[in-house]
Amino acid sequence: MNQTLKGRVHKYDRDNIDTDVIIPGPYLKIHDHKELAKHALEGLDPKFPEKVQAGDFLVAGSNFGCGSSREHAPIALSQTGIRAILAPTFARIFYRNAVDGGYLLPIEIDKETVKKISDRDELEIDIAYNTIRNVTKNEQYPMKPFPELIAKIVEAGGLMKYRP
Amino acid sequence: MTITEKILARASGRQQLSPGDVVFAKVDKVMLHDVSGPGVIKVFSEWEKKGMKLEKIWDPDRVWVTEDHFVPAADRVSAENVITLSNFTKQYGVKKHFKYGLGQYGICHTLSHEEAMVLPGEVYVGGDSHTNTTGAMGAFAAGLGHTDVAYVLMNGQIWFKVPETMLFKVEGPKPAHIMAKDIILKIIGEIGTDGANYRAMQFAGDAVKKLSMEERLTLTNMTTEAGAKNGIIEPDETTFAYLRERTDAKYVPVKGDEGAEYAETFTIETARMEPTVAKPFSPGNISAARELQGTELDKAYIGSCTGAKLEDLRAAAKIMKGKKVKIRTEVLPAAQSIYMKAMKEGLIEIFMESGAIVGPPTCGACCGAHMGVLGKGEVCISTTNRNFPGRMGHVESKTYLASPVVVAASALTGRITDPRDLK
Repeated sequence: MNQTLKGRVHKYDRDNIDTDVIIPGPYLKIHDHKELAKHALEGLDPKFPEKVQAGDFLVAGSNFGCGSSREHAPIALSQTGIRAILAPTFARIFYRNAVDGGYLLPIEIDKETVKKISDRDELEIDIAYNTIRNVTKNEQYPMKPFPELIAKIVEAGGLMKYRP
Repeated sequence: MTITEKILARASGRQQLSPGDVVFAKVDKVMLHDVSGPGVIKVFSEWEKKGMKLEKIWDPDRVWVTEDHFVPAADRVSAENVITLSNFTKQYGVKKHFKYGLGQYGICHTLSHEEAMVLPGEVYVGGDSHTNTTGAMGAFAAGLGHTDVAYVLMNGQIWFKVPETMLFKVEGPKPAHIMAKDIILKIIGEIGTDGANYRAMQFAGDAVKKLSMEERLTLTNMTTEAGAKNGIIEPDETTFAYLRERTDAKYVPVKGDEGAEYAETFTIETARMEPTVAKPFSPGNISAARELQGTELDKAYIGSCTGAKLEDLRAAAKIMKGKKVKIRTEVLPAAQSIYMKAMKEGLIEIFMESGAIVGPPTCGACCGAHMGVLGKGEVCISTTNRNFPGRMGHVESKTYLASPVVVAASALTGRITDPRDLK
């Protein structure tokens, strides 16, 4: 996997950002991806979709995406332009939806790294070397490497394109 | 190996498995509903644009479908989702489609046991996070998203990282007014809402042995709220008797080996347990009901896969019999069959005499979808499983989670009430 991602950070420094705030229940009947993006993170910051530019990152606390299995959650976030989410831990269904659907990358970083990154910082993420460079602060952080199967699915661009 | 490891070993054709191994497991049953179904169909239509058409489902007889989240149709879009779902099941030959207003139907996690859709020893996946519920039948049951369910429909298998198992031994006599809901809230309060992330939660101990099938299902239902991959209980005579009443299907029950290894073991004593409530905005934010007494409420909700099974309704009705509710109270049985049984037992009459309204089975307001959502500032006590901001309606509404008896007692006073304190 030879890939470097560049983008700006949108930081929401709290744990347990759940699927009900990422995409509230009434929108579950919507299956148009562009329409879902308009409501991404509505329960936390209704202005979020306007703030994001394609390729940006979301940095958050532990257990990101807990709650429901709604694939609407990674779809809505990725459709705003978010390319990766950086958090200490992810809820399991959110994690596999993000990877298997090929929507965005769930990247595990430690809690100290979350503290060091500020809102609006510019980052460069090198997937091959598992490093994150903070361009704004001129710092470098480690990220947890993807497990073998996950790395292959990420590289394939989702579970459907992956061949065991 | 634990029961979870043994089921996954069998399904992936291996003799031995350890936590952390990644396997492709054959799936025995898969479920879709009116939210995840159209999501899965959308995945197929996206793939079709890229030249991968779904010609046929790997095994239509292993697929079942229910309409539960937005029925009765909340609006035009939800009506059209049900049409999309019906066209799909017709096109691909899925016969087990439980339709609203056409005989038996209800919440997916209730039909899975009420209709014996899933059997001990099976690998069961569903397009819903509370699929964990059905693990109380001795199955490996886990929730998946749309892409993963689409993959299962095409290939009949899916990858899993074999989870470590946390064993919860629930011991001792269970006082009156303590229900499985109190036990699981207490556990989530202790380990936290990510305390079981990626792991299996297995329940055992003499108190679990004595629990009915429906009460066991409340335990596994809320393992999702601790982040667990699956919740599971080894099948026993209670499981087999429950199934005998519902199916002739054959199955091979699985139990863990003597000497199976558990990542952690917890012992929970029920003898001095208090009726428990999870405060806004987390199922792990627990207090004893008595510590919250006096908290003013606008509404009581008895519904959902967690808290509207037949025994939940019986427990609530016992408290409400001959008394009047002080706040708006809604009762939504979890399935048509449960609604019918409740009616024959006189429970529906008790609820309606008390002033409560009894509605049709639906996920409804539990997920803030429709049928009684909360307005700004409203406070609700509910038998459901989640109380995140905006879960049941407005982002500034509040939901307290509790057992059916605590919700019923609170409905009668208009304040959070421990049933022991009712006059």
